[in-house]
Amino acid sequence: MNLVPQTHSTESVAKDLAAVVPPHTLIADTETQVVYECDGLAMYKQPPMITVLPESVEQVQAVMRYAHQSGIPVVARGGGTGLCAGAMPHAEGILLSLAKFNQIQHIDPLARTAVVQPGVRNLAISEAAKIHNLYYAPDPSSQIACTIGGNVAENAGGVHCLKYGLTVNNVIKVEMITIEGDEVVIGSEGLDSAGPDLLALMHGSEGLLGVITEITVKLMPIPERMQVVMAAFDDVTKAGNAVGAVIAKGIIPGGLEMMDHFAIVAVEEYLQAGYPTEAQALLLCEVDGTPAEVEEHIAAVTQVFEQMGATSVRISQSEEERQLFWKGRKNAFPAVGRLSPDYYCMDGTIPRSQLANVLLKMAEMSERYGLRVANVFHAGDGNLHPLILFDANIEGQFETTEEFGGKILELCVEVGGCITGEHGVGMEKIRQMFTQFSETELTQFHAIKAAFDSANQLNPGKGIPVLKNCQEYRSVGGA
Amino acid sequence: MKQLIDQVKTAISEGKTLRIEGGNSKAHIGRATECSETLSLRDHTGIAPYNPVELVMTTKAGTTIAEINAELAKHGQFLPAECPDFDGSATIGGTLAANCNGAGRPFRGALRDLVLGCYLINGKGEHLRFGGTVLKNVAGYDVSRLQSGAMGTLGVIEEVSFKVLPRPAMEITVSKTCSAEDAITTMNKLAAGSTPLSASAWVNGTLYLRLAGAKTAVEAAMAQLAMREEDAEVWASLNTLWQDCATEGRYRLSVKSTAAPSGHAQIINWGGAERWVSSDATLAQMQQAAAKMGGEARWIGAAREDEVNPALPDALKALHKRLKQSIDPRGVFNPGRLYSWN
Ligand SMILES: Cc1cc2nc3c(=O)[nH]c(=O)nc-3n(C[C@H](O)[C@H](O)[C@H](O)COP(=O)(O)OP(=O)(O)OC[C@H]3O[C@@H](n4cnc5c(N)ncnc54)[C@H](O)[C@@H]3O)c2cc1C
Repeated sequence: MNLVPQTHSTESVAKDLAAVVPPHTLIADTETQVVYECDGLAMYKQPPMITVLPESVEQVQAVMRYAHQSGIPVVARGGGTGLCAGAMPHAEGILLSLAKFNQIQHIDPLARTAVVQPGVRNLAISEAAKIHNLYYAPDPSSQIACTIGGNVAENAGGVHCLKYGLTVNNVIKVEMITIEGDEVVIGSEGLDSAGPDLLALMHGSEGLLGVITEITVKLMPIPERMQVVMAAFDDVTKAGNAVGAVIAKGIIPGGLEMMDHFAIVAVEEYLQAGYPTEAQALLLCEVDGTPAEVEEHIAAVTQVFEQMGATSVRISQSEEERQLFWKGRKNAFPAVGRLSPDYYCMDGTIPRSQLANVLLKMAEMSERYGLRVANVFHAGDGNLHPLILFDANIEGQFETTEEFGGKILELCVEVGGCITGEHGVGMEKIRQMFTQFSETELTQFHAIKAAFDSANQLNPGKGIPVLKNCQEYRSVGGA
Repeated sequence: MKQLIDQVKTAISEGKTLRIEGGNSKAHIGRATECSETLSLRDHTGIAPYNPVELVMTTKAGTTIAEINAELAKHGQFLPAECPDFDGSATIGGTLAANCNGAGRPFRGALRDLVLGCYLINGKGEHLRFGGTVLKNVAGYDVSRLQSGAMGTLGVIEEVSFKVLPRPAMEITVSKTCSAEDAITTMNKLAAGSTPLSASAWVNGTLYLRLAGAKTAVEAAMAQLAMREEDAEVWASLNTLWQDCATEGRYRLSVKSTAAPSGHAQIINWGGAERWVSSDATLAQMQQAAAKMGGEARWIGAAREDEVNPALPDALKALHKRLKQSIDPRGVFNPGRLYSWN
């Protein structure tokens, strides 16, 4: 892909932009822009040339038209919680923050939909829908801070996606601005539209195809009752098998999460969720539905866990206790993060039957690289989050960590899985794209990108690797 | 597979066009097209070794929905999209391409929601893999789901991986006589509450509801609704609407579930979101009505020269054209099947 030539000074761009959007929407000074230099993956940093915080769709269009005419890259930014450096700015580009698009425009309780602006926080939708006894199902652990626009761009998941799906399964319509500044409506208030599924294509497209300015999401009725079974195991293989056994029973839990010993201990020290610290693996299994249904399923799940060798089984006895069980899981990243100056979160997926094998190999690698790993796992859908602990102040340790992380992802692909289940590729996993895809496949991706953005101005350098780097990356990978 | 790729490559080099065909059950869906030859996937069948607890199945594109259903049933599982099987002739590839889904769609998702990955032969004759065979994968653009609704214009679907689910422990159909307006209100109100619905439809003055889930939940809901029990026949008959349109064309409206019924003779499915309308109106007229209902109208009936899908705004149309170009630069696959201009 052509790199955009650097022919613009910040001053001239600021001046040009001030002619098309109100000056107070622009930030051009270095200090104020520091907050935008990275997303949730802080190891990757790059201040933008200029930041714009538009307040209307017309302003987004004006910025896009200007950028398009001038050949300036545009990087969209939601909550900045991404974990793949997808929202990391471009040195010669405009950082387009959707932070001011924070309005829930309309909730239709009978049709169970909400029309929201992209900068609305994920959790805010459920909070607003609550009076109608509805909620928005996908719940990434970052839900207090991440935005629905970023969720669409990453096709975010969460702890409830085995039963309720990812973002792509819960959005029916988006409005987006193309790099030319045109407004395009994709999807409708119905459940499908004629022609290829562009709505699906937009999900997980990481800001490379357009800037999303409005989203219509589906809302679900809040289950009458939710209860969590927490089961401890003295062996991860047993816990892995127990997950399969629940599903074999014909039960699809609302959430089914696993943590390894390291993560359990870290969480318990951090916030005393009542986790059994002697366990080698912990399963949290939430069932939801009508009270009668929940009762039936709780009994079945408990029985399965006991049969599969659980050393202890606890059932949440109140809403507070259920929240407490989840609080531990949802705070697993910061809890593990406390044990080390820095941590690096991976996001591979595997067939569930490979769990024990992958954990074992990971433990061997951990030994070899001399870096500790904690594992939290969306066990129901095979999405692993190994957290590698390191210290960025030790020279070369981040590089070692990255190499270790890369090896974990390659292992996931080797056993039939993928390099990312929900965090996206961004800048971070660009090398591993060569592990998962062939050059012809990557070329096809570039062709699709060009159909939306022929000059490669939208979030350039992210998501899909440039082919000329292929040989270099493959040989590094093989070393 | 080599045969398929060879046929595509030969077509490209000879400047031919290909009509992609699975079971040919959906010849009436989409526009009438003239292609130099047929690329058949009818014999390109087979289910890869399948481990039920993984909740994933992978099959060659020519495998029929009927075969898939039969294999899943052996393990107490099913394809939640309940795709119409067209008397056994519909294939998984054609079903995905036509985005053809059954009554459970609003509650359990469409085939596009279940698709995890696919192998595709693009318009350069390249065999490409997208997505994966695990439940989550966000690397690269979602070219697998993109195929849904593309009617084969964006390449030959060669293999598909999709999510499957355990069958609910119990499923019961109930009904009551009521007007279309009342049916729409009831369907939506129930869906917004805790009733364990898995389908709802209104046919010939009767509202049908299907309850699914744990035995206790279904029984409690039945007691609460106090409606008459029915056999499940109605859901199968709704599925055959797609097929029936070959002889008696209809408009299919995909609209907001709460939209008031249009004045036409119609069948309402998908909790209000799908409406099958028999009318002499033109597509443009029907589209105007559907747009007011928050959605769109398509013609499903004997293949014709005229457009069968609604007109698109310029910017979106341009995107569709460039997307087609990006995957099938020479326009080898199903030219004109979706739109006269693509
Ligand atoms: C502690 C923690 C826990 C997390 N847990 C989860 C989890 O459970 N599941 C999960 O899926 N993710 C998780 N994440 C990752 C992250 O929260 C998600 O990827 C989220 O979707 C990012 O949203 P954001 O608004 O912060 O987007 P950003 O980080 O701002 O941007 C992400 C990407 O989206 C693009 N983008 C943003 N807005 C738009 C727009 N309007 N139009 C076009 N492109 C846009 C950006 O260019 C970028 O490529 C976690 C992150 C943290 C820090």
